[in-house]
Amino acid sequence: MALPALDSPNWQGTAAAFALGLRSVVSTILTLVLFATYIGIGALAHDTHFSLFWALASTLFVWAGPAQIILLSTLGSGATVIQAALAVAVSAIRLFPMVVSVLPMLRMPQTRKRQLILPSHFIAVTLWVECFRLLPQVPRERRIAFVNGLGSGLVAMSMTATLIGYQLAANLPSLFGAAILLLTPLAFLLSTARNCRQLSDVVALVLGIALFPLVSLLHTGVDILISGVSAGTIAYGVHRWRRRP
Amino acid sequence: MSDFIGDWHSLLVLLLAGFLPNEVWRMLGLWLGGGIDEESELLVWVRAVATAILAGVIAQILVLPPGALASIPAELRYGAVAVGVVVFMVTRRSILFGVVSGELVMIAGKWWLG
Repeated sequence: MALPALDSPNWQGTAAAFALGLRSVVSTILTLVLFATYIGIGALAHDTHFSLFWALASTLFVWAGPAQIILLSTLGSGATVIQAALAVAVSAIRLFPMVVSVLPMLRMPQTRKRQLILPSHFIAVTLWVECFRLLPQVPRERRIAFVNGLGSGLVAMSMTATLIGYQLAANLPSLFGAAILLLTPLAFLLSTARNCRQLSDVVALVLGIALFPLVSLLHTGVDILISGVSAGTIAYGVHRWRRRP
Repeated sequence: MSDFIGDWHSLLVLLLAGFLPNEVWRMLGLWLGGGIDEESELLVWVRAVATAILAGVIAQILVLPPGALASIPAELRYGAVAVGVVVFMVTRRSILFGVVSGELVMIAGKWWLG
């Protein structure tokens, strides 16, 4: 579904731009990946004994698949609140450069910071990718409303998927429950692999998977952090080494 | 209704360990974002660490599986993901084909093993 031309009257008014953003939810294959991921998160929340309200609130307020999975799997495997918060905080650092790179596309001279709070909350990997693809086709003065529409649509769809995943895990035979739980690692592994732009990204992904089983033998409670920071730093070292003159 | 909401303690944990440590980076990006170079070395390292942490979480779910996934033998879990990755690569990075084939291998394998 194509967006109207930049000078089209269909862009007149904030509500129209919001509606066009909402409609753009169905214009991307990433929506399907997001749907599968959140079905997996809903199922994971059920199988780690969290309430349905907790699962829905985590999708609405955290709104970052990796952070939600880290939270569920660390708390589910007995980590303390501090250990879980630390792992979530480190994994979420990547949101910082995403917000930094998207906001210049939304900002106008008269834009106030508080108008950018909601769009900033919606920024996660899916919206970040879609902003670069779609915003050039949106008139600048309508971009905040458009992103709010797109973000609301993606969050609403993901909350629906969380609900469906939770209910499926509660009611399906164990084989299908297992199949839904496998969606999370598969969808994350492949969508991360697809986003790899540099060699350092590939090294970080492969080494991150390979190091975790070794580090987990230490039972430190922050295994994810130790393996992630080591593998990521080695990957960064590879990046530096390759750029050597 | 209380089953739906759960206990207040776990909602407080969601706020402290989930919402706040995650949201703080978005708000920092909003407040201090202006002067940072997107291609800076620091951000390359941040992205590599974030990717490796996510990779660790993927490994954790496969190696120490939660709930119903624990009923699938380890070799079958790894095999299904390996097939998914191979199909992803030969279909020119199709996430859809990769995910579907990995799922089919796991379901068929479990069916066959009984």
